[in-house]
Amino acid sequence: MMPPRATPMSEAATGLCMLFILLVPLAATGLALINTGLGRSRSAAYAMFSSLCAMSVAALAFFVCGFAWQGFPGGAAHILTVGGKPWSWVGSGAFFLRHVTLDGSPPSLVALLGIVSVGLAALIPLSAGADRWKLGPICTSTALLAGWTYPLFAHWVWGGWLAQLGTNYGLGQGFLDTGGASTVQVVGGLTALAITWILGPRRGKYTSEGMPSAIPGHNAVFVLFGCMLSLLGWWGLNAAGAVLYQGAEPGMAVLVAINTFFCAVAGALTAAVVTQARFGKPDASLTANGWVGGLAASSAACLFVRPAAAVAIGLAAGILVVFSVEWLELRLSVDDPGGAVSAHAVGGMWGLLSAGFLAHVPGTTDSQQWLAQLVGVATLVGFVLPLTYGLNWLLDRFRPHRVPREGEREGMDMHELGAGAYPELVTHGEEFSGR
Amino acid sequence: MKLLGFLLLVAGWLIVLSALVLLASGGLRVAFVLAGAGVEILGLVMVVRAHMGGERP
Repeated sequence: MMPPRATPMSEAATGLCMLFILLVPLAATGLALINTGLGRSRSAAYAMFSSLCAMSVAALAFFVCGFAWQGFPGGAAHILTVGGKPWSWVGSGAFFLRHVTLDGSPPSLVALLGIVSVGLAALIPLSAGADRWKLGPICTSTALLAGWTYPLFAHWVWGGWLAQLGTNYGLGQGFLDTGGASTVQVVGGLTALAITWILGPRRGKYTSEGMPSAIPGHNAVFVLFGCMLSLLGWWGLNAAGAVLYQGAEPGMAVLVAINTFFCAVAGALTAAVVTQARFGKPDASLTANGWVGGLAASSAACLFVRPAAAVAIGLAAGILVVFSVEWLELRLSVDDPGGAVSAHAVGGMWGLLSAGFLAHVPGTTDSQQWLAQLVGVATLVGFVLPLTYGLNWLLDRFRPHRVPREGEREGMDMHELGAGAYPELVTHGEEFSGR
Repeated sequence: MKLLGFLLLVAGWLIVLSALVLLASGGLRVAFVLAGAGVEILGLVMVVRAHMGGERP
């Protein structure tokens, strides 16, 4: 495995890396637009407002304690010796970024990348809780995600025991994740799943017999424009991750950008073709989910595969996301208005597992790389999901997540903000008639 | 059933970790990692089913 960045970079490399990181908020902007467009019109302003609040809380929580626990490659960490092998469990830096010199050094760039990445992860559960998740619990839940869950897992992946699986146990190069397929996408997607379970479905979504009714998004233009914006952000996320976490030269950003783009377009086209074949016309929202699923999958192996493999990863991601959305809604009664669980958790896990078979690090052997990836995914499902569910369940005991019935009826804009996004439109509630 | 499902999720992960630490490289380690993943899938199925039975608002 290439060594992670612990040594200074040239000024040009630092500038390029800084540019990559500054692109990342565009991914968050894109996701916020997608979330808003896939929700109801009477909750549109609230969707954007809560996105802004979640990003702000996430950045502050990561600043206060998150980065201290995430740490950086070569930084201070708590290490347990298990079976004679060192296991780095959690960073041991100082709170409030006091252990980092903010001068363009690799640790300072890792801190900046973490601050913007954790905001992206925080937006993913908002999509699943659309139209019924109160603002206070959103902020508290986001603080837990950004201050503890994300940093802990990010430490394991980028320098911790998962990254050490190669040196400690001979599992390929250790767990590979270039741009946060696990730390951002799957952690966010599993938190979204926990939130949908805790909140329950939107009123009117399911009949008493359990049959789902369609509640279409209110603005497909927001959704599709959000997809295009998010591509720019993902380019930055994956390229910065490749340089800072995998030790790649900045020139490798070309390969990363091509692979990221091909994963996205393959995912979107596959979703469009599959929905065309099944429903007679391509579905815009599922195609958007295929695009985002392809992006999420790209984050794992974009530095380690050839473009043809990236297309294959994107194709499979598009198929998985479409069927996963349907499966979750129809069979498992999971009301996820934005398809966050499918696009981010399922797409991200597919990207991580596919890296086990398709990734190749030049000059190394890849024996049992698939097993390292499987251990990482098992950790996400067996540790992160119970952790994030437990934290949000406890939070719900003290401060219920779900808006009262009348709030859901009048819309989150009026209930939480006192004003709507589209004041010229009359709020309607036909799905509640007769109930 | 929900609690049992989450306990199975964690138990599966601990089996995976134990396989890494206690077993030397080879087929046995792979088998136990796969077994741990299988236990996790079982736990996930139980958690999903527990939430499907919830009251609909």
